Amino acid sequence: MAQFKAHSVLPGFNLALGFTLLYLSLIVLIPLSSLFFKTATLGWSGFWEVATDERVLASLRVTFVASFAAATLNAIFGLVVAWVLVRYSFPGKRLVDALVDLPFALPTAVAGITLAMLYAPNGWIGHYFAEHDIKIAYTPLGIVVALTFIGLPFVVRTVQPVLADVEAEVEEAAASLGASRWDVFRRVIFPSIYPALLTGFALAFARSIGEYGSIIFIAGNMPFISEIAPLLIVAKLEQYDYAGATAIALIMLIISFALLLAINGLQWWSNRREIR
Amino acid sequence: MSLPQQLINNRKITTHESKVVTLVLITVALSYLVLFLGIPLFAVFYEALGKGWSLYWAALQDPDAWSAIELTLIAAAIAVPANLVFGVAAAWAIAKFEFRGKSVLITLIDLPFAVSPVVSGLIYVLLFGAQGWFGPWLQEHDLKLIFAVPGIVLVTIFVTFPFIARELIPLMQAQGKDEEEAAVSLGASGWQTFWRVTVPNIKWGLLYGVILCNARAMGEFGAVSVVSGHIRGMTNTIPLHVEILYNEYNFVAAFSVASLLALLALVTLLAKSIVEFKAKSNGDRLPHGETE
Repeated sequence: MAQFKAHSVLPGFNLALGFTLLYLSLIVLIPLSSLFFKTATLGWSGFWEVATDERVLASLRVTFVASFAAATLNAIFGLVVAWVLVRYSFPGKRLVDALVDLPFALPTAVAGITLAMLYAPNGWIGHYFAEHDIKIAYTPLGIVVALTFIGLPFVVRTVQPVLADVEAEVEEAAASLGASRWDVFRRVIFPSIYPALLTGFALAFARSIGEYGSIIFIAGNMPFISEIAPLLIVAKLEQYDYAGATAIALIMLIISFALLLAINGLQWWSNRREIR
Repeated sequence: MSLPQQLINNRKITTHESKVVTLVLITVALSYLVLFLGIPLFAVFYEALGKGWSLYWAALQDPDAWSAIELTLIAAAIAVPANLVFGVAAAWAIAKFEFRGKSVLITLIDLPFAVSPVVSGLIYVLLFGAQGWFGPWLQEHDLKLIFAVPGIVLVTIFVTFPFIARELIPLMQAQGKDEEEAAVSLGASGWQTFWRVTVPNIKWGLLYGVILCNARAMGEFGAVSVVSGHIRGMTNTIPLHVEILYNEYNFVAAFSVASLLALLALVTLLAKSIVEFKAKSNGDRLPHGETE
């Protein structure tokens, strides 16, 4: 025990850490462990059967492709938004800046029904596309729209502070040595914000993988086409197939962990670059 | 290059984009935000009020809507204080002391953010549902957690678990422990030190975490949906009530109730901006990497 904790004159360590560990175990660790134990009742072959089921694979594919598309959209436009918010001033900028966090604050169900209404073939936005025979709501495109909304703040909020920290002197130096504005962006600014951009992309992607509430209203939920993995879990639960639902949940949890590790690695990398 | 030549060149240094590029970028950014944020936000209120105030009020005065509002308030009123106490305890242990396994602990606290809302609901069904670990025991004692209010409260605590802790941990780590050590060595008790030294230093960060935690607690859909059982007037929260109305094609009522949640989102954003502004103008100890 002497090695476990460094000496301190402050009181309350045992109480604070004890309560933290107890609460963490009761609320998070024990409930999460039930996933492993329940999946274990399936056995390895049972688990493999669920994991390689055509419908499960299709739902994972839909989830991944749509999440990737939405995160890419947000990486491109999020970078533009962050740039505009950091570098330019225009009337109403503070309001716009505050509004970027709306997807964090607006409950997903509200986003879901609103986007479904807007992008339906007779909706405000959907009817412009319907004229060209493009359906958005009730197709995989609808999922991309919902996930773009959900992931919008991530890239903006990770790039913004890093972009604000890029030193004007470096840009001036590059420019005085004859670099064009585009060169300065490409060779000086972009390399310093690149890790933050990637982190924002990964955060938006990770959030999208598990998203449920905003998608189910707009997706149409057709098996093999627009059915996402979380919805398949709910469908299996409704058929009392607890083991099957749990197996899919475990797959998703493992994917989320891998992403979490990747994001931590990215953040560590970008911090190191900042220090240098 | 001779020096005078360099000075001439200096005048042409371009450290700003041309007016055209600036204008194009601002237009692109604002169009994107209007399309994905502005129009949806406006549409919620338009759909809610478009058929007149009387229908709007009727939807809100429905007894089922009231019981949904009540349940949402109960869930948040339990989840937020519970996670507040946890967040402060965790941040105190992590920021003020050195011990082994600290970084593992920080990662574990973030776990609920990595779990899909549906999976969050599922794990509580596996524990407390009729076929779950504690299912038979609960039935023997005539207790019902799943498809009942306690289950909703539990999953709400789970999904909002990290919010306050993850605001406080970096803040208190950056502040270090010098002030607390000074107070203790001058004879202050632990609680005195906490209330008179620590709390005033972290109050804006604390409030910030509470605001975000509350917004998620009141708006959570997926996790609550799995454990609720959707019993009208009994186990429906506001988001679940919105879903039921929408699926019944009762769009005016659905958007009327949804507008309450949209208002909550706007209040959250406003409160968040105020706290950020206050913390900044106080020069209040936002993390500035002192200990790193």
